Amino acid sequence: MSTIAVRKSFLSTVWEYLTTVDHKKIAHLYLGAGGFFFLLGGLEALFIRIQLMKPQNNFVNEQLFNELMTMHGTTMIFLAAMPLLFAYMNAVVPLQIGARDVAFPFLNALGFWLFFWGGIFLNLSWFLGGAPDAGWTSYASLSLASEGHGIDFYTLGIQISGFGTLMSGINFLATIITMRAPGMSFMRMPLFTWTTFIASSLILMAFPPLTISVFYLIFDRLFNSAIFDVTLGGNTIIWEHFFWIFGHPEVYILILPAFGIFSEIIPTFSRKRLFGYSSMVFATILIGFLGFMVWAHHMFTTGLGNVANAIFAVATMAIAVPTGIKIFNWLLTMWGGSIKITVPMIWALGFIPSFVMGGVTGVMQGIAPLDYQLHDTYFIVAHFHYVIIGGVVFAIFAAAHFYWPKMFGKMLSEKLGYVTFAFFFVGFHMTFFVQHFLGLMGMPRRVATFLPGQGLDLYNFISSLGAILMTIGVIVLLVNIVITSMSKQQVANDPWGDGRTIEWALPSPPPYYNFKQLPLVRGQDTWWLEKMEGNKELPPAEPLQDIHMPKGSILPFFIALGLFIAGFGAMYNPLNQVGDGHPMGTVVLIFGLAMTFGTMLLRSLRDDLGYYIPKEELEDDDAKGGKVS
Amino acid sequence: MNLLEQKFTPETWPEHPETYTQEGKNKFIGFWLFLAGETVLFASLFATYLALKDSVPNSDHALAADIYSLELVFIMTAILLTSSLTSVYAIYHMRNYNFKQMQLWFFITVLLGLSFLALEIYEFTHYVYEYSFTFGSSAFSSAYYTLVGTHGAHVCFGLGWITALIIRNQKRGLNLYNAPKYYVASLYWHFIDLVWVFIFSVVYLMGMLG
Amino acid sequence: MKKWGLYLSLLIFALILTACGEPYLSTLKPAGEVAERQFNLLLLSTGVMTLVIVVVVIIYVIVLIRFRRKKGEEDKIPEQVEGSHKLEIIWTIIPIILILILAVPTVAETFNLGDVSERDKVDKDGNRENLVINVRASLYWWEFEYPDQGIVTSQDLVVPTDEKIYFNLIASDVKHAFWIPAIGGKIDTNTDNENSFYLVFDGEKADEAGNIFYGKCAELCGPSHAYMDFKVKAVPRAEFDEWVVAMQNFEEPEPQTAVAQQGKEIFENSCIGCHAVSAENSMPAEARIAPNLADFGNRTRVAGILPYTKENIKEWIQNPGDIKPGNLMYDSANFSEEELDALAEYLMSLKAQE
Repeated sequence: MSTIAVRKSFLSTVWEYLTTVDHKKIAHLYLGAGGFFFLLGGLEALFIRIQLMKPQNNFVNEQLFNELMTMHGTTMIFLAAMPLLFAYMNAVVPLQIGARDVAFPFLNALGFWLFFWGGIFLNLSWFLGGAPDAGWTSYASLSLASEGHGIDFYTLGIQISGFGTLMSGINFLATIITMRAPGMSFMRMPLFTWTTFIASSLILMAFPPLTISVFYLIFDRLFNSAIFDVTLGGNTIIWEHFFWIFGHPEVYILILPAFGIFSEIIPTFSRKRLFGYSSMVFATILIGFLGFMVWAHHMFTTGLGNVANAIFAVATMAIAVPTGIKIFNWLLTMWGGSIKITVPMIWALGFIPSFVMGGVTGVMQGIAPLDYQLHDTYFIVAHFHYVIIGGVVFAIFAAAHFYWPKMFGKMLSEKLGYVTFAFFFVGFHMTFFVQHFLGLMGMPRRVATFLPGQGLDLYNFISSLGAILMTIGVIVLLVNIVITSMSKQQVANDPWGDGRTIEWALPSPPPYYNFKQLPLVRGQDTWWLEKMEGNKELPPAEPLQDIHMPKGSILPFFIALGLFIAGFGAMYNPLNQVGDGHPMGTVVLIFGLAMTFGTMLLRSLRDDLGYYIPKEELEDDDAKGGKVS
Repeated sequence: MNLLEQKFTPETWPEHPETYTQEGKNKFIGFWLFLAGETVLFASLFATYLALKDSVPNSDHALAADIYSLELVFIMTAILLTSSLTSVYAIYHMRNYNFKQMQLWFFITVLLGLSFLALEIYEFTHYVYEYSFTFGSSAFSSAYYTLVGTHGAHVCFGLGWITALIIRNQKRGLNLYNAPKYYVASLYWHFIDLVWVFIFSVVYLMGMLG
Repeated sequence: MKKWGLYLSLLIFALILTACGEPYLSTLKPAGEVAERQFNLLLLSTGVMTLVIVVVVIIYVIVLIRFRRKKGEEDKIPEQVEGSHKLEIIWTIIPIILILILAVPTVAETFNLGDVSERDKVDKDGNRENLVINVRASLYWWEFEYPDQGIVTSQDLVVPTDEKIYFNLIASDVKHAFWIPAIGGKIDTNTDNENSFYLVFDGEKADEAGNIFYGKCAELCGPSHAYMDFKVKAVPRAEFDEWVVAMQNFEEPEPQTAVAQQGKEIFENSCIGCHAVSAENSMPAEARIAPNLADFGNRTRVAGILPYTKENIKEWIQNPGDIKPGNLMYDSANFSEEELDALAEYLMSLKAQE
């Protein structure tokens, strides 16, 4: 193979990914980009912990600390956790429901590119005058007072990537409603599909308030409006309400898919069907519903009044009930099973106690009068890291090992997987367990440093050591991924041997059309059912016929790029409050918007009728053993 | 061979062309979901407006009752409601495979939408020049312009969308590829109309009556 | 790996036993009625939650011991249990009961602690019965106004022990939060509206803590958020009354030394535009743009954080931007060493009481 040929194939791979509308390839994109941002956010976390290793440390200055802390939170929530979960949803959900693709493949690609360009936009702030510094919550009085363009990078970046998230949410909802294979009724859907469905409906309901409040902040900072300007009658509490009307469901948008992932892994490696499937489904729905009723528990100290505080306190505690149902259902799934310890399973086993810890401290903070003490201290920092790392990140790591063979046709090394788990698990508890006590001992959160003589030195030091262990764990995972990618293995359809759902009946990775013939679903745990009856494949629901496929397109890339460009135009428009505006800013803004809407128009004018894979070609594939060239 | 490009006659044309194909069904469901999101979006705007509608920096600044003119708003409402009705006619003709009539009624819808937009622009400039009621003059004005302006932007987008559909399909007529597109565009138009009904009552009527 | 975990948990346990934090700072050593009630809620909820954790861990351990796949069982297919209504009802009902146990005191305490109806209660002469303090938070400093006593002070809050003190709180630039961990939970100082709550300082506990409690800003407010501390002097009522009288009668003392005299002149040229040196509350809040320096000679800290020494005062006057970045005084000044000495001496002489 000559170098030219290699380069050519490299370029064509890049082009393939730029134009792809295939959910499996988009999953790769989400995994890659989300993984990149995860490392970035992790690095920021490490710097935070180094700075707080000892009192009055000078590793970073106060301003930089605030920027690191803000970017850590924003990156991890918007650019790492959600996209990584989207990666697995894209990779798995269409397969689990027996569909050839999502309902809107074009929109799927557009959602990714919006997220991607939004994330790049946000992170360019590091090179263009400083990152946002008002925390991921960006409370209005501070974010209006913040100098420079940091906050503008935050608002515009969040807005662009938020549009992408909203589209992906709608897409998954429509996919799950309309694209299920014959026989796949709602109450036969795997739990990961169910949680994706509920999380997507939360996205649909929670992101618009964020969009609006972020627009207000954009307008206030860049176009002179006065929604949050107290001197002109504005009100900053409006931001707090909207942010948390979005922010609290956001937590469930993250944790529900994580629950789904564990609800797949635990039955698989216990070789037993999920205990209490229907109550699991209803608990998921209930959590999603209650998730919208509790936002003001983030604002107990804002001064909303006793009645509001009492109502939101009780509503918050109520969420513990469906969550508890889930925990016990998982335990009872394992009870009486035949538990095989694998890397995904060990993450699931680590998840249960860790998440219970995070859950109970959540209830404690729901007790409003107690929360007056806990709010905005390191106790809350400990709590949400227990929930988000112990729940979401553990799920992301578990799913990485669990679905890697399905996504890439190769198994990640078990040995290195255990090493990662050991370092990360121990490091995680070391970092965050002591933080509960730091908070109780009087350490507020988001402090750039702390003074000696307050009894806070030792626990901060322990916490920072834990962060280093977590870093080692992540590095081992990276090594694992590199080694695995270079190996030449090719795994079978059901590499874990105990797969239960439809995706494990397909080749790893599946052909680009997923199903030659759409499967007939005869019950819950579809593939397990067929295996138990001795069948080697799923029964088809249709005769072999031509398959209609969507065409790839570069347009999503340019629609998103247009908004990226428009973002810069808005930021440097002549009205901006920083005072460095330029008439060219307006021109760039118009150009960017024209690019976006023009590309959309182009998409609308040019028919996209897709293409057909002829029957003969599919039969030909059959002769080659189902593999796609 | 491709179902999407197949030619129909009024007799073979399906009763619900918008949901006849899988793509159409997806569009139909997906668009309703999108409208659910839009509803939450406008609900947020309304909530802010209600919270800030009396928030002005000093007593010199205009309040709702000082500036709104019900006559103008009433005409705007009538125009937009009528445009909703004309888009219903258009969809009626689409169902009957009467392409020319459908195009005509959509065209009338666009004309009505344009006149609504013109009146809205007049209204805004009037406020700015007569009352110094600008985007940044108070929290009230900001909330007002964001709410009504977002609606106006939706009208703009809807007009562009329907116009593009009319022009693009002028030569080739109806098929199962563009029928769902016309249908969701009309759904969108109804939604805009519905939002305006709320703006009319919550912003203007309540503003006038205090 | 297992031993590691054991050692680690032993170590953690030992750490928990040995440290509850400092009495002047920690919520785990409550020194007032409000903190006490909140601490009791902490104990109650921790108890309930420990129960939950214990139950989960017991089931978890049993599962892991009994149901691991053993050698020779590689092909065993366990029974596929669908669920159990009885069990599912049990683990729905029990958590509901536990939550009710928590919900009752939660609601009760929310209304107890949020009760400020007595704040403006007056006796028959029309004087307020309780002490009311208006707190104003500004970028990196705190102002405490005693409206009924007609005095203003900053950075050091002086309060009488063993009585309810009502606070009205607001911020003048961005949002902050007022928090004295050992005394009670925090409340935000909003830019939009005033919040109110009450606190009680326990006399005995105050003695144990050396009569000084640490107060903090708990809401991110900018680069120097971590340095926006204040101190609370909790003294018996009689002592407090003396302090009030001294403050009310505070007159700027005639400089005793030539150096102090020089300092006074510099101060009147450079500082007085922003800093008042009279405790009398004569200006509106908007005009009080910098900390009031009356009684500066009795401050516990310089700028709320540094030990009270002449060197630190000089350092603060010369380079405040290094100590509290982003503060609104100035970044740095270029006073000569002599001028700094004079200013520091003058400021240290400002005492309402000896």
